[in-house]
Amino acid sequence: MTKINDFVVKFANVNGSGSASANLMFAKSIFRMGIPVTPKNIFPSNIQGLPTWFEVRISKDGYAARRDGIDCFITLNPQTYQSDMKEILPGGYLIYDNTMERKFSRKNINYIGIPMAKICSDNYDDPRQRQLFKNIVCLGALAVLLKIDIKIIENLIKEDFEKKPKLIPPNIQALHLGRDYALNNLDTDLDISVKKIRTSKKKILIQGNEAAGLGCVYGGATVAGWYPITPSTSLVEAFQKYVNIFRVNDKNEINAGIVQAEDELSAVGMAIGANWNGARAFTATSGPGVSLMSEFLGLAYFAEIPLVLFNIQRGGPSTGMPTRTQQSDILSCAYASHGDTKHILLFPSDPKECFEMAAQSFDLAEILQTPIIVMSDLDIGMNDWVVDPLKWDDKTKYNRGKVLNKKNLDDLVNWGRYLDVDGDGIPYRTLPGTHESKGSYFTRGTSHDAFAGYTEDGRINAENMMRITKKFKKSLKYLPRSIKKKAKEETGIGIIYFGSTACAIDEANDILESQGYNIDLLRIRSFPFGRGISSFIDDHEHIIVMEQNRDAQMRSLLINELNKNSSNIHSILNFDGSPVTADYIVKEYLNLLKGNEAMLKSSKTKKTAA
Amino acid sequence: MSYIKKPSAKHPRLPKNQLGLTRRDYEGALSTLCAGCGHDSVSSAIIEACFNLSIPAHKLAKLSGIGCSSKTPTYFLNKSHGFNSVHGRMPSVATGANLANRDLFYLGVSGDGDTASIGLGQFCHIIRRRLNMLYVVDNNGTYGLTKGQFSATNDKDSKSKKGEDNLFESIDLAALAIQLGAGFVARSFSGDKEQLVPLMTAALKYKGFSFIDVISPCVTFNNHIQSTKSYQYFREHNEALGFLDVIPDKEEIKIQYDEGTSTEVEIHDGSRMVLHKLDKNHDPYDKSNSLSMLNNHQADGTVVTGLIYLDKNEMDLHDTINSNQTPLNALSEKDLCPGSKGLDFVNKNFS
Repeated sequence: MTKINDFVVKFANVNGSGSASANLMFAKSIFRMGIPVTPKNIFPSNIQGLPTWFEVRISKDGYAARRDGIDCFITLNPQTYQSDMKEILPGGYLIYDNTMERKFSRKNINYIGIPMAKICSDNYDDPRQRQLFKNIVCLGALAVLLKIDIKIIENLIKEDFEKKPKLIPPNIQALHLGRDYALNNLDTDLDISVKKIRTSKKKILIQGNEAAGLGCVYGGATVAGWYPITPSTSLVEAFQKYVNIFRVNDKNEINAGIVQAEDELSAVGMAIGANWNGARAFTATSGPGVSLMSEFLGLAYFAEIPLVLFNIQRGGPSTGMPTRTQQSDILSCAYASHGDTKHILLFPSDPKECFEMAAQSFDLAEILQTPIIVMSDLDIGMNDWVVDPLKWDDKTKYNRGKVLNKKNLDDLVNWGRYLDVDGDGIPYRTLPGTHESKGSYFTRGTSHDAFAGYTEDGRINAENMMRITKKFKKSLKYLPRSIKKKAKEETGIGIIYFGSTACAIDEANDILESQGYNIDLLRIRSFPFGRGISSFIDDHEHIIVMEQNRDAQMRSLLINELNKNSSNIHSILNFDGSPVTADYIVKEYLNLLKGNEAMLKSSKTKKTAA
Repeated sequence: MSYIKKPSAKHPRLPKNQLGLTRRDYEGALSTLCAGCGHDSVSSAIIEACFNLSIPAHKLAKLSGIGCSSKTPTYFLNKSHGFNSVHGRMPSVATGANLANRDLFYLGVSGDGDTASIGLGQFCHIIRRRLNMLYVVDNNGTYGLTKGQFSATNDKDSKSKKGEDNLFESIDLAALAIQLGAGFVARSFSGDKEQLVPLMTAALKYKGFSFIDVISPCVTFNNHIQSTKSYQYFREHNEALGFLDVIPDKEEIKIQYDEGTSTEVEIHDGSRMVLHKLDKNHDPYDKSNSLSMLNNHQADGTVVTGLIYLDKNEMDLHDTINSNQTPLNALSEKDLCPGSKGLDFVNKNFS
């Protein structure tokens, strides 16, 4: 069966061998033919020499989740030949470098040998070039085999090396060497191929961290304190990049202050100090960093200082799987720090939402005077996603929240930093340097009264804590709401999910729907949970929470915060570090039904009025 | 932290500074530290220095960590914003605050526990960054709030009140500060107002990282006969390097000094520091000389005080990162947001 625009290609490489840019060019060339692609970079926590993979799903229907079963595997890493081969679907292709003879055991797949090393050693003298151009030679051959428009790849090479134009001709030469080899020596009639899709819908291919770093520029962030940690580093690097592009004034000065800190404690301390002093500031980290930042998060919560924190989640616990993805910091972020603390969480599901939520989070932090934690993950943050172009409304005005200026202070008689003047639990704050005699106060992590004075009166402290709770509840009106999708027919089953698994859920739902199952969907976009989520749970006989951690953390948070009966709330969990596939969700869903008669009934028949 | 409100009555003939303010205008709540605590004298010196410089109190931010010393910002400058952060982390908060608004004075008050133990990392790195601030350590060699444990600045073999030996080497914060790039490094004694006030005055004017290690005996837990951080020990072992005057711009020099033993440095704002040297061998502009001088004195058990090191090249973090002269917290959407036009550029790059 010929598959056009619907197959999976995977590359096995050695990290540090220069394969990454060629692989991305492969994905981008297909994207430029108008075909939705989902590249996933599967890499080790290592600089050079270990196995790395690059998986590209090509899906005319726009399914962006991973899919198991490889149609075409380009295995360029001898260390992994044998295991890579097992992933290939029957009838699929294995492409390899046959400069040296290789033996393969599987019978039901096709082998395509290309002497990449030989072609390179025949044409290049420099050993480094011989190594790097193997990837481009391979790309040239793939273009022929899969019917990729080679002009698009040529353009990508020109764009990539715009600043090093000397490198353009040898790269294009290597591309043509690969192409010519394939044309002259290979049977190019494969069962898989791409075909241009003409579409008026413009899309972009972008990583979540790139989009979030850009969102910080748009959200008006001026200060970033940060400490390098995979997979969050590229977010701050993107911020720096766009600051250099967009934030240089006519005197060549920078409209931002970015400081690499000595550790995560210092990184978040800087962001808090800057926010306290009226700048919009953020830090970005991953799970281990959040653990270190917890004490400071409690201070920002209790002293009510705005803060934006990006948690690009990776595999835990401890150092865990630094280069794999999980959603396993839900509870540690929702309740970060000692004592009674709760934090506002945002859950972007793709790079576009990373951009939007990053920009929005600075308003939220200042309106609510509390930390906002943006819960992205490695899959969104470090992989390229096809999304709609980013948009910005030029009428947008930053909402700086309740900050008193000099005139406000002149007019005020009895200002108290933590007085609940408006009944929404949100007090008014002042910034250092505003007024010569009014509005100064002492910011502290010790128990304090409405006037920021130290108090050991437990009643006053309890009142203050209750006001912060009120503020937390009132935050709902500012937060992004959950998104629901109703099944075609009324059903007793609902799936709740969030973040990077959204694409896999959508696809799984399509599969299940085609098999006659009706499921309502709800995607959580923020915490605390609104009434919509609570009623969604109430309105379904069975709820399934899909998440990428072992302990069903979101499920626990829902049960705990919404006070729900746990017996009808089930889980589908995936925590092997790979982004979940739709097939896995379908399989687990059907397994759940198998063990539960009542559930099976609710899923296939219309919900009966109780 | 605890505090007691002060009555606001003022004597009508109190001397006034250029802003027409009296010293009372620079005071804070009444201290609840132990009677005789050296830290209260440091607070008085801060009040005096800010009064002398006519600093508008709201243009100064006072930051601290946790501990007895970190409580003191409540006891001075109650018209200033204060930030009592978490233990040992004041430097990072100060860094962020300074990044947000380069136009304020930043005064950090910390202790030897807060700085030399839990906060040693942050202390080192704020120095490397040359943040424009005055960082004062009220150094008493002990953990007061938790009742008398040794701190990392306590001298080896100095005894606790209960007679236990301190078994570990001490950290010399002034030497560390010089090594890591602080521009202004001094040591003084809480009881020596004559020396401390001019040092603070000069340090507040200095652009870059200024550090003053103030030996400030703990009257309750570390002021006994066998302690090297007691009033008695200090008075018997102090060796002053000299004293300092700060002369505001354009004011005639009225102070008499021996030409051969004095040097003058212009501060970036145009005023001058005049250093009267007692120890003729000490050259405060020579980094390695300053460090070896500290080592030599530590070996013979004397505590040198005065201006130890001064880098005439004044510069701070903002110079290094080339940030806008306008405080970052004063920039508007227009300066910060590239708008839809910017996105056209970005979208094109990713299509």
